[in-house]
Amino acid sequence: MKILVCISVVPDTTAKISFTDGDTKFNKAGVQFIAGPYDDYALSRAVELKEQSGGTVTVLNVGDADAEPIIRKALAVGADDAIRVNAEPTDAYFVAEQIAAIARQENYDLILMGRESIDFNGGQVHGIVGELLGIASFSPVMKLDIDGTTARFAREIEGGKESLEASLPLVLGCQEPIAEWKIPNMRGIMTARTKPLKVVEPVGHDSLTQVTQFELPPAKGAVKMIPAEDAGQLITLLRTEAKVL
Amino acid sequence: MSVLVFVETDGGEVKKSSLEALYYGAKVAAQLHTTATALVIGPAATDLTTLGQYGTAEVLHASDARLAQANPMAYAGVVAAAAENAEVVVIAKSSLGDALAARAAGKLKAGLVSNVTELPDTSAGFRVKSSIYTGKAFAVTEMKAGKKILTVKKNAVSPELTDASASVKPFAPALPDADFAAKVLSTEKASGELSLSDADIIVSGGRGMKGPDHWQPLLDLAQALHAATGCSKPVSDLDWRPHHEHIGQTGIKVSPNLYIACGISGAIQHLAGVNGSKVIVVINKDPEAPFFKAADYGIVGDVFEILPRLTQAAKEQLGS
Repeated sequence: MKILVCISVVPDTTAKISFTDGDTKFNKAGVQFIAGPYDDYALSRAVELKEQSGGTVTVLNVGDADAEPIIRKALAVGADDAIRVNAEPTDAYFVAEQIAAIARQENYDLILMGRESIDFNGGQVHGIVGELLGIASFSPVMKLDIDGTTARFAREIEGGKESLEASLPLVLGCQEPIAEWKIPNMRGIMTARTKPLKVVEPVGHDSLTQVTQFELPPAKGAVKMIPAEDAGQLITLLRTEAKVL
Repeated sequence: MSVLVFVETDGGEVKKSSLEALYYGAKVAAQLHTTATALVIGPAATDLTTLGQYGTAEVLHASDARLAQANPMAYAGVVAAAAENAEVVVIAKSSLGDALAARAAGKLKAGLVSNVTELPDTSAGFRVKSSIYTGKAFAVTEMKAGKKILTVKKNAVSPELTDASASVKPFAPALPDADFAAKVLSTEKASGELSLSDADIIVSGGRGMKGPDHWQPLLDLAQALHAATGCSKPVSDLDWRPHHEHIGQTGIKVSPNLYIACGISGAIQHLAGVNGSKVIVVINKDPEAPFFKAADYGIVGDVFEILPRLTQAAKEQLGS
């Protein structure tokens, strides 16, 4: 089985977000970048499936050369090879087109990625990839088993979950608890250094959207404390002052 | 070129978040000097002529039996067919809405912006503001494509209703068999539960609730306030509460009118999931809990003493 895992490179979940150049650019100073946490779940499950029934796992990132240490880490976790599309990931459609262009040449059985990247939180890339390739897509998938050419999986729906069965190929957006995050071991880190990492140029595309300005949320006012003995007073304030009840 | 709004139903009832999206779509249509059309897919228990109150004159209803079960791929086909003459497609943010927005964007080669938080600026071009970095920032995005799809967050607009009525027309586009190839084996859904994405009020619990058997006081308050219930990541990781209640960076992101956090310290990953809320209340025994810095109201003390007091006050004052 051939599996493609698409990873986003995003600021660490605890990163302080700020902007430069008149709030038009993300301020990378002092920010640690990581593979998207949801993408890590997808990668971990892909490596588990390979360990169970053989096949290959290829990692794909659309990004600049700064992403390479993060791609190497994915190789250290157990992916076999990697592709970096040398372009700034400007929007979901653009990223999806790059993934689809590579998938058309390689005929993957499974294309996995996180349910969303934690920078723009769109959760759109998997659906657009599925549409561009003309294959089914599902998200957020929290359980996945493969039996021959059939996938059995569960996706979260509002207030519960749905168990499904579908034929490969599929595009799936993943989330916990699909797998435990894998930590690379020393042997993995050593072998990752020599695993193939191919750099390709993006396919042509006219940008559909463009971010023109970033903003930070307004600062929060001071918290109003209510003594525990008078807790009931809170309900009154929520009714008369905050007007949310 | 008109505005199309996908109106989501749950058990046949139109979801509140979709009514907001419909009002949002009608406002966008007014800005663009055109009209908004609502699209309802699947069986409807709600009287669809009442959607006129939110500013749409026309409702398309796709009621093919195969659409009875929410299926993002088939629904995206219906949305794309209905959007043939639309410049803007508006969809309320939800699990289904996200999935069909992406597939529809692929079909229509549409520009797509998710988590939109206010009406667009159409004075020069088409610019929308959306929540990014899990609520830690906003982006203003210029949408240049001929077709534009927006997924709209809860509380982007506050609907003002009229007494207008909408006309309802059947809509029956071709439905490719391939969109129905996946087989649903089983569905587990908590019945009668308010969905987190639709709730105006959420009462949420963290590790300070001390265990799954101690949730009753929180559930009592939620009931008195007609609130949905949520939890922090450790609580769902420990299986104290089901995973679909997990709110935070890697769970559900919510933006209710009122968020009440009980025994949640306020890790940055949790705050990221709730900072779109209008009013935040934090109850914690630790006065140094970081969540207080993000709160509008705070109470320091034992949640198991405070929750019953709040429930009693809510019952007295709200008659619930």
